[in-house]
Amino acid sequence: MAKQRTEVADIDRSLYDFSYGEEAAEKLDAGLTPEIVREISAKKDEPSWMLEHRLKSLEIYHESRTPDWGPSIAGLDMDHIVTYVKPNTDQKSDWDSLPDDVKNTFDRLGIPEAERSYLAGVGAQYDSELVYHNMQDTASRMGIVYSGIEEALHDPKWEELIHDKFMTLIPPTDHKFAALHGAVWSGGSFVYVPKDTKLDFPLQSYFRLNAKGAGQFEHTLIIVEDGADLHFIEGCSAPKYNVANLHAGAVELFVGKNAKLRYSTIENWSKNMYNLNTKRAVCDEGGQIEWVSGSFGSHVGYLYPMSILKGRKSRCTFTGITFAGTGQNLDTGCKVVLAAPETTAAIETKSISKGGGVSTFRSSVVATPAAENSVASVSCQSLMLDDHSRSDTIPAMDIRCKHVDVGHEATIGRIGDDKVFYLMSRGIPEEEARTMIVNGFADPVSKELPLEYAVEMNNLIKLEMEGAIG
Amino acid sequence: METNATSPLLKLQGLSASVGDKPILHDIDLAIGAHETHVMMGPNGAGKSTLGHVIMGDPEYSVTSGTVTFDGQDITDLSPDKRSRAGLFLSFQAPVEIPGVPLSSFLRATVEGREGFNMKGKEFRKHVRELAKSLDFDPAYLDRELGVGFSGGEKKKLEMLQLLLLKPKLAILDETDSGLDVDALGVVSRGIQEYRKTCDGTLIIITHNTRILEHVDVDRVHVMVKGHLVHEDDAALIADIDAHGFERFEQAATPKADA
Repeated sequence: MAKQRTEVADIDRSLYDFSYGEEAAEKLDAGLTPEIVREISAKKDEPSWMLEHRLKSLEIYHESRTPDWGPSIAGLDMDHIVTYVKPNTDQKSDWDSLPDDVKNTFDRLGIPEAERSYLAGVGAQYDSELVYHNMQDTASRMGIVYSGIEEALHDPKWEELIHDKFMTLIPPTDHKFAALHGAVWSGGSFVYVPKDTKLDFPLQSYFRLNAKGAGQFEHTLIIVEDGADLHFIEGCSAPKYNVANLHAGAVELFVGKNAKLRYSTIENWSKNMYNLNTKRAVCDEGGQIEWVSGSFGSHVGYLYPMSILKGRKSRCTFTGITFAGTGQNLDTGCKVVLAAPETTAAIETKSISKGGGVSTFRSSVVATPAAENSVASVSCQSLMLDDHSRSDTIPAMDIRCKHVDVGHEATIGRIGDDKVFYLMSRGIPEEEARTMIVNGFADPVSKELPLEYAVEMNNLIKLEMEGAIG
Repeated sequence: METNATSPLLKLQGLSASVGDKPILHDIDLAIGAHETHVMMGPNGAGKSTLGHVIMGDPEYSVTSGTVTFDGQDITDLSPDKRSRAGLFLSFQAPVEIPGVPLSSFLRATVEGREGFNMKGKEFRKHVRELAKSLDFDPAYLDRELGVGFSGGEKKKLEMLQLLLLKPKLAILDETDSGLDVDALGVVSRGIQEYRKTCDGTLIIITHNTRILEHVDVDRVHVMVKGHLVHEDDAALIADIDAHGFERFEQAATPKADA
């Protein structure tokens, strides 16, 4: 039987070597300089405090060390980081020059032609302006601001608020790529939900980013005021291809008193990407942050959304799934700081590794002396689909308070042969049987997603499972 | 009794199988005619379940010699899903649990693309619900995850439901009666009779207890001891085994005194 194979071949660097003109080549040798940062800022016509922030971040960037504790990022050309910051916009990349895995996945997911070109970074803007504007109109009638962060920065009404919040949760000193982000950030979303306002449909950055151009250094800033409620969805299941294969975005979420924010992400960067994204939320008293996170793409990923429970009785839940296939090393997990009495954190993650992929779950739970009567539970289940894949669990706990209840459980397993045989004995072919079991394993996560995203995620798993046998 | 000596529905010839390096089945010859009901008896650990699994193609076991022929086709190397689609069915002694997989989707997948199954979604759900009711299986379970949180009785009823759904040409029931209370046992017996009646089906009933056989017309009884088929006779053998146990067969299988 001829099997369809969509398995991703080893990363072939030549696929990603684009030729640059002479003019661009000059810039390659320059490294990242204050001049380049000034140029970026000037183009955006920013307030002077933002330029200062960028220049300060640049200094920190040059002073900080490249992280050496996680998956290797040696494939990034740190000496020529400017090529990631300013990819040559005149490049003549076209559909044919895309890696086959990206093209195949577009085919299999049934992404419309116009959208494909856009996602692939080779086409004109995907025509989703209308969807975006409808969403924006409805939100604005309720007093919710949903716009590009650069636009908001130009609005005197919001500049000060942004100034007060911008990179306070993720300071440039946090790590080298946070500093890089601070220096060269570009694009992203700004959402402001006023007090006691509840939006009953999710805002989806997918449409906005497509309409405005998906960035690699985008900054997302969401402020949910006291008693308000928002669901924000970032990303989409379609593989996003970017010639500059570094993603160092930042997400800062501020959840007010008794407010609730759900932040869902499905990330499927093309498999040449170094995804070094930083996400952080802070909750006031009784506030609630819910993370739902699916990581499917990228060559290397470092992703640990952090929740700072700073108000009494604030809560966080984290539901995540990571699927690492051939050529992927995904280091994901989450961080929680219990910094007030009676806070609760529930973390449930699933990881799947296949075809030599490496999946590492890394978590950090910190209970400060103020965390009296707080409760945190961490559960991580890993599934390895073959003998040459790898799965690790690295849970860290730092408990500085007597009366807290912190629990951790981890299981690492394989697909039971007895389960596969059972399904096959009822007429289900092996590949489908395994896919069914893996989808079942992922079910607690897909349950948390809006239906269309859950369907997409199941399709993605199906796609990843193809060619897994034999 | 209908017998088709020239071409039985299932034929095992010199079948030996092992798990890892350990041989379990030794040189089994067996012929099952279409529409017949055979009973496979023997003490615990005799290899009865293994035989059922090997006939179904469980990759846990390797066939070291011999052939399995089903419906005129050599299926010795066929994968279990293809055996199922050819008309074989194995009811598991311990049906599995698969978290996150809704029972209803699983059932749909079992009939997907099968010849003769062209029921639309709604019609199919109705059919499944009717089968469930006929087996005293709470239809609410159809929305649950496959096997998760099911009692032993519910799991076995679900096996019967699939038997009646898939209507195989030959069904191997592996200790379907074990661990069941009287009510569940009655339901399983009803399922078996229903299968015989509506599908004119062929059965291999693996059991070491005779209770489930009270309402079934049995054509042949086979006795298995230590991986060998050691004896075969008509239904009268059941009463004999009920009264005397397997001792005489065990002695026959092991001339040396064995503790």
